[in-house]
Amino acid sequence: MTQVLKLLVQRIALGLLLLFLVSVVIFLGIEALPGDTAQAILGQSATPVALANLREALGLNLPPLTRYGNWLWGLLHGDLGNSLTNGRPIGPSIARRLGNTLFLASAAAMIAVPLALILGIIAARFAGRWPDKIISAVTLTTVSLPEFVAGYFVIYILTQLFPVFQPVSMVLPGMGFWAKLQAVALPVIVLVLVVLAHMMRMTRAAILNVMESAYIETAELKGLSPMRIIWRHAFPNAIAPIVQVVVLNLAYLVVGVVVVEVVFSYNALGQYLIDHVTKRDLPVVQAVGMIFATAYISLNILADVLAILANPRLRHPK
Amino acid sequence: MRIPLSALIGIVITVAFVLAAIFAPLIAPFPMEAPVGDAWEPSSAIHWFGTDRVGRDILSRLIYGGRITIFVAAAASVIAFTLGAFFGFMAAVRGGWIDQGLSRIVDLMMSIPSLIVALVVLSVLPLSLTVLIVVMGVLDSTRVFRLSRAVAMDIVVMDYVEAAKLRGEGQGWIIFREILPNALSPLVAEFGLRFIFAVLFVSTLSFLGVGVQPPQADWGGMVRDSKDFLVYGKTAALVPAVAIAVLAISVNLVADWILARTSSLKGGRSG
Repeated sequence: MTQVLKLLVQRIALGLLLLFLVSVVIFLGIEALPGDTAQAILGQSATPVALANLREALGLNLPPLTRYGNWLWGLLHGDLGNSLTNGRPIGPSIARRLGNTLFLASAAAMIAVPLALILGIIAARFAGRWPDKIISAVTLTTVSLPEFVAGYFVIYILTQLFPVFQPVSMVLPGMGFWAKLQAVALPVIVLVLVVLAHMMRMTRAAILNVMESAYIETAELKGLSPMRIIWRHAFPNAIAPIVQVVVLNLAYLVVGVVVVEVVFSYNALGQYLIDHVTKRDLPVVQAVGMIFATAYISLNILADVLAILANPRLRHPK
Repeated sequence: MRIPLSALIGIVITVAFVLAAIFAPLIAPFPMEAPVGDAWEPSSAIHWFGTDRVGRDILSRLIYGGRITIFVAAAASVIAFTLGAFFGFMAAVRGGWIDQGLSRIVDLMMSIPSLIVALVVLSVLPLSLTVLIVVMGVLDSTRVFRLSRAVAMDIVVMDYVEAAKLRGEGQGWIIFREILPNALSPLVAEFGLRFIFAVLFVSTLSFLGVGVQPPQADWGGMVRDSKDFLVYGKTAALVPAVAIAVLAISVNLVADWILARTSSLKGGRSG
């Protein structure tokens, strides 16, 4: 058990180091690029005096390391600074939207994960035959589509050809859980399509990999049914790679939600990020970018931690 | 050599798209930016795909838009390969702290999704085609770096590289005359996957409004331009969306075939 513990501590420490470096890049790296916040606020026609005053007010004339320190300190305490475009504090704006993003992403995950496992098992059971071929052809197609293209296909088919859904996902405070779920139905469908293919392909590959082992042959020779072999013998041994792929694809959802929120005008974090990228509102972009990066890196750490825990060879060293 | 039907379809469509992009001014019946009819004309003999919200011919815009999409994606892939392969080979040949340093930088770059990095960077840099291509190329070079380094690691231990070193050849010779020719085939297969990733990437950035800027428009920008009218039954946004999907699937079919032929090296989709 100590070996596992050591691996886990190492992995988590590495993740934290990575997060720290990413924060340095997002703050100092971006500051090093050409572009001046004071100029961005006041425009090209600003007088030098006005620029100097604003830099003073924003604390832009402090040394970069001091500003990075202040920024990081604020970030860790939930104080994300003020937006350049409307001067309001960023923290509360993010807090309002974060819940919506999490709701959308978790609804998508709840559907995509079981569906991917079931389809992966079916494809592995009928490897090389027609159910496998159909599933593979469909997933190859969805894997080739960018999220927004998939989004508009789904919108067109489900709102114009078969008008059963609303094309815009409005989630208002005070809406009931089911009403909310109904409102996000379309974006959830799109996100599921986007992540399903990869998860399903890896599930299939992991099971087929295990199916080549000698103990599977033994089970076959005992005369067990193919479904029982997969479910009782292959699947438990394929869990480690599958868990890892599932979590990695949840990390992929982090990118997916940004685009899908824009497609469906869903008022959440991704939409907020894109709005402020086009407005060149750097403090907002840095804060939200850091949140997405943190979510992505944490899920990656989680994937590795679960893989370590799920690996019987590591849990029971000789 | 027998080419499977799926790969053949992929090759034909990909070549057709590339030719249309190269000869766009000769093929396109109308200019890209000028209104040539009423808004939302339905498809007809004159305007095959109809016209958009300001009366521009959708087919012509599709052809010119494809030109921009394919050009940006190809240029970004070339940058990605030049940077990635050069540094990847260098890491493999030099080893030691150069390898460590380069590999850790790449790890750091790959620890956040490219889209997030691109959005943060493009919120500061001026939005121009050159900046867009360079940002995409640099971000995508990380994957090429990993592949090139892995391939070159297998090659540097070969006897002929050892022989070249003993002959006293310089590092330039070893990288360009010994490693490059032998690493070419897996890299070519990867180029198809990187190219299609770049097509999807630039389309997404333009769709989000930080890619190709108006009055120019690539396919992603065209979708953005007409997206709000889809709910009124105007299908103009679907035309470039279908074009993106068809090109992506075609190149994937070709790349799948090349990958299956060459080796077990797998490319992947990225975050």
